[in-house]
Amino acid sequence: MSTLHTVNKSSFTHSTLKSCISVCANNDGILLLEDGVFSALQSAPDAEALITLNEKGVVIYASQDDIKARGLEHKIASHIQLTNYEGFVSLTLYHKCIQSWY
Amino acid sequence: MQKKILLISRHAPYGSSTAKEALDAALAAAVYEQSLSLLFMDDGVFQLLKDQQAQQINQKNFSSILAALPFYDIENIYIHQESLKKRIIENKDLLIEHAAILTNEQISTLLNDQDHILSF
Amino acid sequence: MIFSINVQSPPYSTQASYTAYRFCKAVLAQGHQVHRIFFYQDGIYCATRLAAPPQDELNLYDKWQNLAKENEIELVVCIAAALRRGILNLEESIRYQKDAHNLAEGFTLGGLGQLIEAAVNSDRMVTFGN
Repeated sequence: MSTLHTVNKSSFTHSTLKSCISVCANNDGILLLEDGVFSALQSAPDAEALITLNEKGVVIYASQDDIKARGLEHKIASHIQLTNYEGFVSLTLYHKCIQSWY
Repeated sequence: MQKKILLISRHAPYGSSTAKEALDAALAAAVYEQSLSLLFMDDGVFQLLKDQQAQQINQKNFSSILAALPFYDIENIYIHQESLKKRIIENKDLLIEHAAILTNEQISTLLNDQDHILSF
Repeated sequence: MIFSINVQSPPYSTQASYTAYRFCKAVLAQGHQVHRIFFYQDGIYCATRLAAPPQDELNLYDKWQNLAKENEIELVVCIAAALRRGILNLEESIRYQKDAHNLAEGFTLGGLGQLIEAAVNSDRMVTFGN
């Protein structure tokens, strides 16, 4: 069993993502949503920690619509996978529990 | 069928209603005879401090409800160790005595052992 | 699969209730069932029938109502959270002797137990926080 973590706060302002990372298991997934997508930038705080998690097997997703809306399409780190709402639903099915970090 | 539900409370008391409304949800769940556990982390651990005087800001002191939680039908109460450490909160500062203090790894395991998580 | 949704965020001040709406649409589009959408905390403001957003802006209030009508989904508003914030149905407006009521059609007031019941009877429970 695994957990999908959704994070909707920017790591430039909040420690929400940091908390999520601290308890994220290797088979969990993280989905960056709303202002959470600012954490997908290469320059974001915790970017290194996300890469480390990714290397352990955690896939980091970001909402495509939220990325595009904020003009970030060409600025996000290479290990981030873009997803749409259909993908979001699939992630909730693949992982059993959903923890919303807000 | 009984389900394992974990309610995660991550917000400080009083400044916003989230902590209070999370606690209300936990008490409602207790009535439903489900296996409900509570996890306090991040600023949520500030809810557990002794000596709260909420009447100073015209709010209800819900620390008395928190102190009584073990008497409700709530299976387990957990506290995130790192959140306590960061805030230099010690065991003697807490109004709950019988909570289990969990490491990051133990919380990862806890999350993945649930049927549902209620996020607050 | 059966989903239930916990909306804790207001309709305009933050984006999360819109995200919740898009998520529900996607759940239904994939052929899954939405058992209940429970509005709690500031999420209860989604249930006002007095909001009047400009015509060229998203009307999330109508969207929730249409979604519920078209798919027969329960939109349950936490009664304790709603009364505290001034969202009342006719019955409550009489009980508290208020001169108006403002709960939009398609929404019902219910207890917190319905959030728990939703979790018990669903395969997935997703929270959309502020």
